[in-house]
Amino acid sequence: MSNAIYMDANATTPPSAAALAALEAAARVTGNPSSVHGFGRAARGVVDRARVQVAQLVGAKAENVIFVAGGTEANNLALASRGARPLIVSGIEHESVLKPAQAAGARIVRIRRNGQVDLDDLAAALREAGRPAFVSIMLANNETGVIQPVREAAKLVHAAGGLLHCDASQTPGRIALDMSALGADFLSMSAHKMGGVLGVGALVLKNDLAIAPMLIGGGQERYRRAGTENVPAIAAFGAAAEEARTLAHASRLAALRDRLEARLAELGIEALGKDAPRLPNTACVAVAGKSSETLVMALDLAGYAISAGSACSSGKVKPSPVALAMGYGEEIAKSSIRISLGWWNNEAEIDGLVARLADMTGRKVHTLPGMQPAA
Amino acid sequence: MSSLQEMKIATDGQNRPKTPIYLDYQATTPTDPRVVEAMLPYFTTHFGNPHSRNHSYGWEAEQAVEKARAQVASIIGADEKEIIFTSGATESNNLALKGVAHFYKGRKNHLITVVTEHKCVLDSCRHLELEGFEITYLPVQQNGLIDLEKLKAAIRPDTCIVSVMAVNNEIGVIQPLAEIGKICRERKVYFHTDAAQAVGKIPLNVDEMNIDMMSISGHKIYGPKGIGALYVRRKPRVRLEALIHGGGQERGMRSGTLPTPLCVGLGEACAIAQREMGAEAERLKGLRDRFYKKIKEQLPEVYLNGDLDSRIPGNLNLSFAYVEGEGLMMGIKDLAVSSGSACTSASLEPSYVLRALGVEEELAHTSLRVGLGRFTTEQDVDYAVEHIVQAVQRLRAMSPLWEMAQEGIDIKSIQWAEH
Repeated sequence: MSNAIYMDANATTPPSAAALAALEAAARVTGNPSSVHGFGRAARGVVDRARVQVAQLVGAKAENVIFVAGGTEANNLALASRGARPLIVSGIEHESVLKPAQAAGARIVRIRRNGQVDLDDLAAALREAGRPAFVSIMLANNETGVIQPVREAAKLVHAAGGLLHCDASQTPGRIALDMSALGADFLSMSAHKMGGVLGVGALVLKNDLAIAPMLIGGGQERYRRAGTENVPAIAAFGAAAEEARTLAHASRLAALRDRLEARLAELGIEALGKDAPRLPNTACVAVAGKSSETLVMALDLAGYAISAGSACSSGKVKPSPVALAMGYGEEIAKSSIRISLGWWNNEAEIDGLVARLADMTGRKVHTLPGMQPAA
Repeated sequence: MSSLQEMKIATDGQNRPKTPIYLDYQATTPTDPRVVEAMLPYFTTHFGNPHSRNHSYGWEAEQAVEKARAQVASIIGADEKEIIFTSGATESNNLALKGVAHFYKGRKNHLITVVTEHKCVLDSCRHLELEGFEITYLPVQQNGLIDLEKLKAAIRPDTCIVSVMAVNNEIGVIQPLAEIGKICRERKVYFHTDAAQAVGKIPLNVDEMNIDMMSISGHKIYGPKGIGALYVRRKPRVRLEALIHGGGQERGMRSGTLPTPLCVGLGEACAIAQREMGAEAERLKGLRDRFYKKIKEQLPEVYLNGDLDSRIPGNLNLSFAYVEGEGLMMGIKDLAVSSGSACTSASLEPSYVLRALGVEEELAHTSLRVGLGRFTTEQDVDYAVEHIVQAVQRLRAMSPLWEMAQEGIDIKSIQWAEH
């Protein structure tokens, strides 16, 4: 059994207590939400309630929330619904956007050194398209945590008559999330990155936009996504969404992350994208001269679970595509590690991690005022 | 613990079961408490992302997923490398049909399926028709089973795949899988079967039955909702195009983070079913036969839809002549039964499955699907029979048609005045 200190929240988070309670309560409801008898209606009630909770998190109408199996399916479903519109995506999207986008011959928008999408290049891409496009830009990057200028991008996209999809998987509970404020027409969410459980996510529509369903047969989710609803996981998603609205952990996470980065800076280790607005919980740092693989392995042995990039591609020894897209060289891209914090982390754990990194890099740890002795 | 178990506990020492009684095991099943037990640690202590390869949280999760994959493979006699986890049987069926059709498009543009398939198979086929594929929809015989000669006759040189469900969700009939598999193998076409209602209920072996692809559901076999699997044969290899793209999980055939606890739940549900299938089938057959016998003893003009012998033990589908469907459902509110599949149960249309058997519209409207399962007791059966009999008798007593039928008037010979 693992007792390592978990600092890989952007890969997945444990469910929150409220989500677990909702899951367990819903697991007692036997019934297929499509059944008309009492058991079925009870299950339907659980799903409907969660749908409202998820809608409220992002300021959408409940009927515009489509429950799917996760963030990947949500992203695929959004892109599949673009119709004949040409596709434009940023170069740092999650693979569930990038892979279908590349297959569709999408125009890839450049990324600036600070980790944000280059809006001038987006404007150019929209002009090149020559007709209303479908644009996909994530709200916050999974590796660097850099928050993208989605609102500004939406203005450009809408001025050109296009539609904007925003993968917001990394953001609930970390930053405020409002579809109207963002100007997103489609929004993807993943429950297991926000204190819900694995196996469920949502695609949320701003209006009653047409969807090109990928899974058909059965008429669930108003004919937009067939398959018996994952009732307990959906209930947990709803509970997690309600918690995420409060942003209760955001400022504490920011303080922990700032402490981490301040201490790493003393070791000469800098965070990528630190000049851009970022998620409060994410630090992506490059340790010059050390391969990220070596570092994550050594840190695992030392009892710290972090990652070298997104979970989907971790394990493969290749430079971070996000760092490369930001214009960093191979050396930095091959030595970047991601520390993503959650509500369960504390200062002592941060200090312990810094001490381990100092050992590994042969650098001296300075004592900050108020610092706990390193573990 | 599921609400059903709680109900059972609540009924201990009492004469009648607490109502409503759940008799809709083909719509969904309660999660077996042993399955819940197996899943729980993967929600809490072992919560890692199974694709995180750099730390022990990820490895633990991955190990659990692989154990589950082996458990799923085992119950159908497959190799674990042939199991792809999906979000459920609907996704599995969509992936199997569209995936294979898209991969072989241009070379093999013909698919064969059956009119009584689940909606998600039929809708996938309709979708493929719009894309230019040709589909043959085989009819069924009055007993719900396909005619093998018609299958043979339908196979063409450009046939890519034959999709025939193992067990029908409404009438519970078991299609002759081994025979279908033999024909498909001889004619070199792929054989896909939607086994959502069959896994854990009847013995299945992909090699002996020459099955190339099989869809599996979690929540129909006392596992969790939100998880299913698709078996994809490796020798000879079935190629398919993915529906969901991204991180390349599941050998590129299905991207997306695997939901570890749900995978564990499906695996455990399969392991339990594999161990207990024999005894459970025998017990359910006893209950099913008791149900049917008691109904027949007390009510005339009751018709069983679908073959009785080639049928899973936990299903009955009965039509009650001379009663009105909605009235019947209202009269048995204590019983959670359905009039057809859950997915289409909100619609007032009579079941397309029953229509395909040639059941007349009036009878199709008064059909009840009775699904018995792991937590159904003899007490439940007796209570349900008693209530159905009462309701039917009451409705018939009010029915002029029933009165005429009793007097020997052939209803069909009556010339109805046009209004």
